[in-house]
Amino acid sequence: MDLQGFGHLLLSGAWVTVKLALTSLAFGLLFGLIGAAAKLSKFRFARILGTLYTTLVRGIPELLLVLSIYFGGSMLLMWLASFFGYTDYIEISAFAAGVAALSIAFGAYATEVFRAALIELPKGQWESAYALGMTGPQTFFRIILPQVWRLALPGLGNLFQVLLKDTALVSVVGLDELMRQAYVASGSTKEPFTFYMAAAFIYLGLTAIATASTMLMERASNPVSRGSRA
Amino acid sequence: MSQAQPALELVDIYKSYGNLEVLKGISLKANDGDVISILGSSGSGKSTLLRCINLLEHPNAGRIIVAGEELELKPAKDGYLDAASRPQLESMRSRIGFVFQSFNLWPHKTILDNIIEAPMRVLKQPRAQAVARAEELLARVGLADKRNAYPGNLSGGQQQRIAIARALAMDPQVLLFDEPTSALDPELVNEVLSVMHSLADEGRTMLIVTHEMRFAREVSSQVVFLHQGQIEEIGSPEQVFDNPKSARVRDFMSSHLS
Repeated sequence: MDLQGFGHLLLSGAWVTVKLALTSLAFGLLFGLIGAAAKLSKFRFARILGTLYTTLVRGIPELLLVLSIYFGGSMLLMWLASFFGYTDYIEISAFAAGVAALSIAFGAYATEVFRAALIELPKGQWESAYALGMTGPQTFFRIILPQVWRLALPGLGNLFQVLLKDTALVSVVGLDELMRQAYVASGSTKEPFTFYMAAAFIYLGLTAIATASTMLMERASNPVSRGSRA
Repeated sequence: MSQAQPALELVDIYKSYGNLEVLKGISLKANDGDVISILGSSGSGKSTLLRCINLLEHPNAGRIIVAGEELELKPAKDGYLDAASRPQLESMRSRIGFVFQSFNLWPHKTILDNIIEAPMRVLKQPRAQAVARAEELLARVGLADKRNAYPGNLSGGQQQRIAIARALAMDPQVLLFDEPTSALDPELVNEVLSVMHSLADEGRTMLIVTHEMRFAREVSSQVVFLHQGQIEEIGSPEQVFDNPKSARVRDFMSSHLS
């Protein structure tokens, strides 16, 4: 495959894609945990907010989310800035808008994954920690979260796979990630097949790495397969 | 032994789920070294009573006093009482050992880590001290060789002995056992009962909800029989087992001691 000197462009795009995906993953996991906590909260208001979040976000195409955050975000910022007498055009970075859109979307789906895992965990796991005098946060972070993580990993791995490919959507707002660089290269060389094919292979390579990492993490988090040294 | 200050005192505990009254005013006193067995048919409120003591269930009314310190309670939603102060509740819980029917060991931690978790996090013991104590306790329940195993690798009887060691690691003033052998295969019951027997022999204060009648009779200083959320009969094992005043207790004993 002759990339006619555009290889480095694709690689730099792939690097942006990786950064975008990992940053969105970090925020998305956080949103997912908060969403699950809200949906399982004893407070009605939190439950309503959580349900609103997942229903709304999961009901909108991700592309629309990217566009509305990119253009809506800069409008919102300009509107806010106008109160401080700032009237110039404000553009928000395509990367930030991409991270916001993708992590909000990931978080909505992750909410359901975490919620299912939290429900699946027996109540006795909380109770035995509380009965020993452990605090709520100690119980959550030391006892519950590691187990929820293990239960949620297969589902989260699946979602990350989708997230990795959804990064391509951010190309529409001009972020120089893999998809856009492939588009640029194919435009200059008039050889779209070559460059889209190359991009496809890079995406495939990235998702393969993601799948393998998920498998390794699943194995590491499972105490039985780690075995007993007794 | 000071009889003036009971190790554990419950005063007029009420608990209902909606319209269903599960506990209808139960008062109970355990002095240091007392072993009190709580008997009764299922649905009599035995487990609920035990779980109200460390607020795993929230009573609707009543007072809970451990070694002279009263747990401060405040009204919460739906008519339940909740702890007025989380730190006080946590401190009291750390002094009340609780052994569950379903063990509730943490499957992602090794046996040793299960035991040292609370001493290190709650009592802020240095790791070396917690480990040394855990090793003592593992030897005591006969499972010293399992320190690096995971709960999933152990039998039910072994898991329950670990759960007892985990409770003991906090050096609790009172130990509560909620049907500790009910989830076990019959051949595994005795290994757990013999650990409990040795705890009773060394003078631990224990409250035991159980269906093991012979065991209750052997170890108890006092036997309480609950019926429909009230104390039907209370007394020495000889009295409750051999000469119950209540016809209901007599029927229960004759059907369970055959």
